[in-house]
Amino acid sequence: MSADAPLLIVEDLTVSFRSDEGLVRAVGGVSFTVEQREIVGVVGESGSGKSQTLLAIMGLVDSPNAIVSGSIRFMGQELIGLNRRALDAIRGRQIAMIFQDPMSALTPVHTIGNQIGEQVRAHEKVSAKAARARAVELLDAVGIANPERVVDGYPHQLSGGMRQRAVIAMALSCNPALLVADEPTTALDVTVQAQILELIGRLRDEFGSAVILVTHDLGVVAEVADRVLVMYGGRFVEQGGKNSVFRTPLHPYTWGLFGSIPPMEGERPARLAAIPGAPPSLSNLPKGCAFGPRCAFRHDACLVQLPVMHGDGHRAACVLPETRRNQFTVRKAAGGEMQR
Amino acid sequence: MNALPRERPLLRAGDLSKHYHVGRSVFPAQRRTVHAVDTVSLDIWPGETLGIVGESGCGKSTLARCLVRLTNITSGSLEFEGRDIADASQRQLRPLRRQMQMVFQDPSASLNPRRRVGDLLADPFRIHERLSASEMADRVAELLRRVELSPEHASRYPHEFSGGQRQRIGIARALALRPRLIVADEPVSALDVSIQAQIVNLLADLREEFNLTYVFIAHDLSVVRQISTRVAVMYLGSIVESGPTDLVFATPAHHYTAALRSAVPIPCVDRARRSRQVLKGDLPSPMNPPSGCRFHTRCPASTSICRNERPLLQSIGDGRLVACHHPGGG
Repeated sequence: MSADAPLLIVEDLTVSFRSDEGLVRAVGGVSFTVEQREIVGVVGESGSGKSQTLLAIMGLVDSPNAIVSGSIRFMGQELIGLNRRALDAIRGRQIAMIFQDPMSALTPVHTIGNQIGEQVRAHEKVSAKAARARAVELLDAVGIANPERVVDGYPHQLSGGMRQRAVIAMALSCNPALLVADEPTTALDVTVQAQILELIGRLRDEFGSAVILVTHDLGVVAEVADRVLVMYGGRFVEQGGKNSVFRTPLHPYTWGLFGSIPPMEGERPARLAAIPGAPPSLSNLPKGCAFGPRCAFRHDACLVQLPVMHGDGHRAACVLPETRRNQFTVRKAAGGEMQR
Repeated sequence: MNALPRERPLLRAGDLSKHYHVGRSVFPAQRRTVHAVDTVSLDIWPGETLGIVGESGCGKSTLARCLVRLTNITSGSLEFEGRDIADASQRQLRPLRRQMQMVFQDPSASLNPRRRVGDLLADPFRIHERLSASEMADRVAELLRRVELSPEHASRYPHEFSGGQRQRIGIARALALRPRLIVADEPVSALDVSIQAQIVNLLADLREEFNLTYVFIAHDLSVVRQISTRVAVMYLGSIVESGPTDLVFATPAHHYTAALRSAVPIPCVDRARRSRQVLKGDLPSPMNPPSGCRFHTRCPASTSICRNERPLLQSIGDGRLVACHHPGGG
């Protein structure tokens, strides 16, 4: 693999579940790449398929009723269809994952040091003593104040923010090329969230890891990501470099998301430019654009035909002509509300 | 019609405290007390929306429950329209329940899953008003319409609704008896961003239409800023700063307010990057709060006086109250 080839190439990934209501399509054919040392933010609301996309990358969609298809190539190796043993050699070592709730990744009955050490020894032949020393080092690296003491402590003795640090330390234990994080700061208070976000930024700088960060919070994305993917109804509706997406969002859903967030400074709008309606049910997705029924700009074509994303760089899956979008961008700059 | 007298607050709390005992040990030395709410004084004026912000464990939800007397208070005074309700029994409180209602964070937990939405919404009328079945149905239909649901929804069960719709039902129920005060505890925290905005707008509309007074509790600063006319910031059971919303957010006087505000990630890539104050460490345990100013262990401006002497909540002249020895954090 050449040095500048993408670390991860996902092509036409689909995750569906057989259910009583028929086939529920959680992820509907997504394609994206993650470059080395890149932080990619995936934004979406609940049910948008963002977590399922991550789980598919980790090979963790293991329900007997799940159907995963498409291609996930990591450092040139196809992950879909790989057997458990081969996956285990990659998971935890080259790709690590952190979850929203750190307790879901920690067992309450072992010390933090044991749990990190176990992870180290699963992938490397080192002595228990060396593994423990490594655990102390890692806890120190993620900013835990007294690693020597914490290493012998149990998860319940730590605060939420400390636990998330310990989980990140565990994820880093084998120096993964890719860290996959599912809402890592959602359960934390804002002051602690700020600490964890700073840490994720440092991971790339100091450990050279690429990160896929799934979140519902556009503020978090603005803070740490290089590139943004916006997900809705199991598909990407917009993707591009962070600056471009935040300055000139192209998709009406992205506009709606920005309009829904109350500003932290400046004038307070009398009303928020909320998106009407609710996200679609995945078992009963609209035929055309999934956002169509809620979109203030829809026309007949949107309800019939699925819009496709064209080109490279910053792009959106929307049939709206560019002139119409530019009008919105100007209004947004003037602080106007989103209206038809 | 005369102008409403402004001099009397709707709700007034004076040195309100709520303590919980933990560890029921026979050894007194192992019994401990959590000062969940610690000498909080608050006036809530008719027509205002008081936002209460703070991180988890700061006592904001306990305070909410104390204010509407869903829980007994340990000490202090509490008056609703001049009536002392600090020690009122649940029976004595019942007529007042028409006047003050609560909206909870998790609407699924606050709606009985076995009852139809129409029945749930009719309960307040059954308890407080004598209405015929058809009058009741009309009132329920009207309520549903007011929260932008449809009257047909009355025959459905809570699980048939989405999170946002369930919160609308929770709001409708609080609204049923036309209360004067609604205390909303994290009403939008469990909702997706786009739905959150709808509910914030709905609450603002209802406030206009029914002349409501809100106490709005949330950990999300941007939501609190959007809806509140006044804000109180809590840390470890006490209010550290309160004042008009725009002032508190633009020029925080307490260092904790400043740190809290600067920690909120802003969804914008073009603003001059404010030098972020990342607070060190975690929230101290409320069972064993620090001496003096409770924030001194994490405060960038703390001096020896902060370690020894607890600052009082004092006016700094612009409509704000601040509990800090060295105000001017922003």
